[in-house]
Amino acid sequence: MKGNFSEKLDTLTNGVVKSNPVFRLVLGTCPTLALTTGAMNGIYMGLSTMFCLILSNVIISALRKVIPAKVRIPCYIVIIATLVTLMQMIIARFLPDINEILGLYLPLIVVNCIILGRAEAFASSNTPVNSALDAVGMGVGFTLSLTLMGMVREFIGAGALFGVELGNMPDGALTVFILPAGGFLVYGLMMAAFNAIYARYESRKSARNTSPSSRNPIEKVDLAGGNADSAGCHSL
Amino acid sequence: MNFTQYLLIIVSGIFVNNFVLSQFLGICPFLGVSRKTDTAVGMGLAVIFVMGVASLFTFIVQKYVLVPLHIEYLQTIAFILVIAAFVQIVEMVLKKFSPGLYGALGVYLPLITTNCAVLGVAIVNAGQPSYTVLAAFINGVFSGVGFMLAIVLLAGVRERLESADVPKAFKGFPITLAAASIISMAFVAFAGMV
Repeated sequence: MKGNFSEKLDTLTNGVVKSNPVFRLVLGTCPTLALTTGAMNGIYMGLSTMFCLILSNVIISALRKVIPAKVRIPCYIVIIATLVTLMQMIIARFLPDINEILGLYLPLIVVNCIILGRAEAFASSNTPVNSALDAVGMGVGFTLSLTLMGMVREFIGAGALFGVELGNMPDGALTVFILPAGGFLVYGLMMAAFNAIYARYESRKSARNTSPSSRNPIEKVDLAGGNADSAGCHSL
Repeated sequence: MNFTQYLLIIVSGIFVNNFVLSQFLGICPFLGVSRKTDTAVGMGLAVIFVMGVASLFTFIVQKYVLVPLHIEYLQTIAFILVIAAFVQIVEMVLKKFSPGLYGALGVYLPLITTNCAVLGVAIVNAGQPSYTVLAAFINGVFSGVGFMLAIVLLAGVRERLESADVPKAFKGFPITLAAASIISMAFVAFAGMV
């Protein structure tokens, strides 16, 4: 029973650090770059994606024995597109401001590689409960990464945090950081930092307990060569 | 629409509102398939073709099916189905009639369904009330040309990076993103031209 619990915990936390969708798997890069001009935008995008991800993972996992393998990708896309349309309607009705901010990127959640990628890599071969846990972990990892990146870009580029102007900032903030060029740069630097910290953490952990635990069956991310170079969209 | 307006769409699609470098659409293939110049050219050509024809089809669906029937809320589902079906048909036709071209583009075609630039251009077109079918098609083709320009430029830089001594943590994606950032800075110069 205890082993079962820790396995579930592994599934849940896998997406937050070990297989972080933004910095480790390099999935969903378009909204990551486009909507991190401010921390709040990152949170909105992260939560919308997480909503679709959880529902699509659960539904696809529940239907995994019914969907024929040959036409699974079109089936997944229809399920995801339906969920996104549903969410678009809800947001347009109740949260028009957020609808305005996310704009084009809201319908584009359909082609966000995280959702299709998790459907293909996880939900298609796991139980609904595990798929939901995986989706929550991935969603939290995505939201946290976007928020963090948004905070860095907003702080350097606009001298504000979560939309609140900070006093005592020198004039002429580095506007380039909220422009596309700054997005690419901050993403690259943060990914390098994430890789470096993670590599150090891993080497310390393996030094501490030399017996490798074969408990986590989820994914093997190549540690030596930095990020897995096959970006998620391309493994489909 | 007159000639000048079409010209504006072309310049805007390639330089000013470059899909990859200033609108962040189609970043996945931009980072994933830009290791070698020749594969980048192949991917670019496939994207131009699919974006052009998908713009045509989705605009016709929007203008003559969704709007007259007042079911615009089905836009996302309808568009993604049109794009997925079109890509599938192109793949089958190429496989049957032009194995050479299929060999060259084949591996990229399925990836294009999940390329957000294709769905992106379809949604952008649908949101332009002044667009004609021809304008939508031109916007699709030349946004694709913009994508190709960006991916070929990045591939050129990455080929040089292969032999550079990059710090370990920067290997792979991080240094590629830094290179993309510098390319994107060059494109800032086009901002506000149209």
